[in-house]
Amino acid sequence: MTTTDTLVAPSAQPPAGQTRERNLLQEVLDSSWLVIILAIVTALVASSVLIAAANTEVQESAAYLFARPSDFFGAAWDAIYSAYSALFRGAVFDYQAEGVRQIRPITETMVASVPLIFTGLGLAVGFRSGLFNIGAQGQVLMGAAAATYVGITFDLPVVVHVVLACLAAMVVGALWAGIAGLLKARTGANEVIVTIMLNSIALYLVSYLLTTTLLAQGGTRPISPKVADTAWFPRMLGDSFRLHWGFVVALLAAVGVWWLMERSVLGFQFRAVGANQRAARTAGIRVNLVFVAVMLTAGALAGMGGAAQILGTDKTLQAGSAGSIGFDAITVALLGRSKPLGTVLAALLFGALRAGSPLMQTSAATPIDIVLVIQASIVLLIAAPPLVRALSPIHWIGRRLGRSTKEAVA
Amino acid sequence: MSALTSTPPATPQVQTAGAVQARIAWRTPVIYGVVSLISLVVFALMTPGDDTTRFMVSSRGDFTEIAPFAVPSQLTALLLSVVAVALAAWATWMTAQRVKVPAWLPMVFGGVVLLAFLVWVMAGNSNAMPVTVLLTSALVLAVPLVFGAMAGLLCERSGIINIAIEGQLLGGAFLAVVVGSQTGNPYLGLVAAPLAGALVGWVLVTFAVKYRIDQIIVGVVLNVLVIGITNYLFSTVLTQNPQALNNPPRLPTLPIPVLSSIPVIGPVLFNHSIVIYLMYVAVAVLQVMVFRSRWGLRMRSVGEHPKAADTVGINVNRTRVRNTVLGGAVAGLGGAALVAAGLAFTKELTSGKGYIALAAMILGRWSPKGALAASLLFGFADALRQVLNNLGSPVPSQFLAMLPYLATIFAVAGLVGRVRAPAAEGIPYVK
Repeated sequence: MTTTDTLVAPSAQPPAGQTRERNLLQEVLDSSWLVIILAIVTALVASSVLIAAANTEVQESAAYLFARPSDFFGAAWDAIYSAYSALFRGAVFDYQAEGVRQIRPITETMVASVPLIFTGLGLAVGFRSGLFNIGAQGQVLMGAAAATYVGITFDLPVVVHVVLACLAAMVVGALWAGIAGLLKARTGANEVIVTIMLNSIALYLVSYLLTTTLLAQGGTRPISPKVADTAWFPRMLGDSFRLHWGFVVALLAAVGVWWLMERSVLGFQFRAVGANQRAARTAGIRVNLVFVAVMLTAGALAGMGGAAQILGTDKTLQAGSAGSIGFDAITVALLGRSKPLGTVLAALLFGALRAGSPLMQTSAATPIDIVLVIQASIVLLIAAPPLVRALSPIHWIGRRLGRSTKEAVA
Repeated sequence: MSALTSTPPATPQVQTAGAVQARIAWRTPVIYGVVSLISLVVFALMTPGDDTTRFMVSSRGDFTEIAPFAVPSQLTALLLSVVAVALAAWATWMTAQRVKVPAWLPMVFGGVVLLAFLVWVMAGNSNAMPVTVLLTSALVLAVPLVFGAMAGLLCERSGIINIAIEGQLLGGAFLAVVVGSQTGNPYLGLVAAPLAGALVGWVLVTFAVKYRIDQIIVGVVLNVLVIGITNYLFSTVLTQNPQALNNPPRLPTLPIPVLSSIPVIGPVLFNHSIVIYLMYVAVAVLQVMVFRSRWGLRMRSVGEHPKAADTVGINVNRTRVRNTVLGGAVAGLGGAALVAAGLAFTKELTSGKGYIALAAMILGRWSPKGALAASLLFGFADALRQVLNNLGSPVPSQFLAMLPYLATIFAVAGLVGRVRAPAAEGIPYVK
């Protein structure tokens, strides 16, 4: 009982009897595919307002909106259409390119999704076990640092080097996350706060290591040397595509997580703790051990995400190497309803947004930052199915026809 | 470990034979002992004997000028460390005697060790440590944190976890810059900033109360949303017309007559823009209101036991909505404080300050004065990092930057006394 006394916020474990309206996890798990699709569409529509508002031609035509409304709507349509079509061309299929380069965008989407799949899977394991691990960002960065260290320090044969670098990344990521798990188990320290703090500490630690001989290349710039090419993930489709075998490994990891969560004893314990901690404890599950095990698993997967980023695409480490993978992965796991298949699909969607946004910026002059708005809106909407139903025309028509939409599940 | 944290504080009682007494909590004296020994070994004994440490205290316009002075590093550090060891020994003795350690002891102990650290870190440095500059920038850097921590406190005391402080600060800073630049009046920017913060707070509490979504997730996602929107508007609208939209005037400095010319204290505390005086007022008012007013009692009851509050006729969800919106507005003010020096807006200007404010609130145990102290500590660590970056130091600046985060982890793990959140925090209330 003393452990719950020192808890900072019992958000992840509400008392018994409140499980029905427990939180968005339940909501997300219950919401149907229709709500998800509607949320994505609504988020795109909402973001298009921003796209149009920031467009200079739209602003100019808005000055005489009432005189010639067609100009305004035409300009707005052009702005939105060019932005989203560039996004599509950058992420899925480039119909303006020649020959084999037409399919390059979809492979770029797959490349961008690899770290998101790994990290999102790790977070999904945590969410289903009732642990809010906000610290994927730090775990990704520490994993990336470990992979880089192995990649630049040792001289090993081709396959061994990659495997060793990935193992190092997994171990370091797991240990980094394990700090939060251990503190939660031993002292009841809230994992949300601890992992947020560990994110910042990881960032400063890695930027310090980049100034030392351990990772730095000797110049004044805080950037590591290039990892040896024996440690790279091998390319899948030759040198004209960046797609690497890490994508397949990520899919295998998704299968592995599915097996862990659905078929193994450990995964059953994870889910039992996530569903009801007290019941799990009563049933003889050692909840504190589960906390540590969950965080180790999540950290290992996040570390693998960091390794994929370095060994698959970046090849060198900087303090900003993790980008926003850790935070994007939270939205990925939530969007994927914390299930392996859903996580993979969500990672592909967000990978597409990441892969397509540079072209959107160059050809339609829409800044990359709109992607953040789209992602955040999607997750907010997914989390609140009643809001989506209130906004969606399909449900509106349903109500007109006298069909009451169910409150609990769409 | 957990058994120790829950031990009630030992009280001096008449001992009766066979009376069951609470276990003595040895954790605090042990921490004092370890820290004082580190101070003795690292700061005192590892300092070269003939080094000196120079301090610069005075600034122009004081009543009395104090010339910069130098002290022998090793001797000073040694003296300070001996004092620290003595205090640690005294704390141990008092703990063994089951006497309550006085409240000033941690502060004096911390101050002594900090001075020893400063003497050590500046030993042999040809530059003098600018004490006044250090303290002033510590205060200025702490202001956004204080407002952020007050925002977190207002929300969490009424049962809503506010992770979105970061977004509220950022939104406030953005609106303050845009309105200030457009109107050319920094005070209008200061008035506008709370609106942005309040809007973010309103979205947070709407999702939390109406849709009962996990508040931590809403907070994190709202941060991403605000970062996305401000980044987007920055790279489109603001960069198209930086002169009119991203060129805010600075808030004028308003020295308080007489008080501002006291040496050291004057320039540090009483020579600032209006935001900092607002912060003094906000902390004082909240400290009284939260613990001494009807409004504060209702807020705390809603955060601790909403069902009981509801039973006596307090509208739980309305209280939560109002306080969260108010909290968002306070955080927005913190965003304005962030750009009060006339800073132009940049992408992700807040760079994690909202999370540090959250940490300050926890470290300050959900009380305004505690949050103020913690924010000042974090501000000081930040200021020290900047000063030492310029002067050169044996400690890499990244480690100094880590300190606030490490301190928070220690605090949350219960190593620096117990911290306990409002009981109903993060749990939606349904009748």
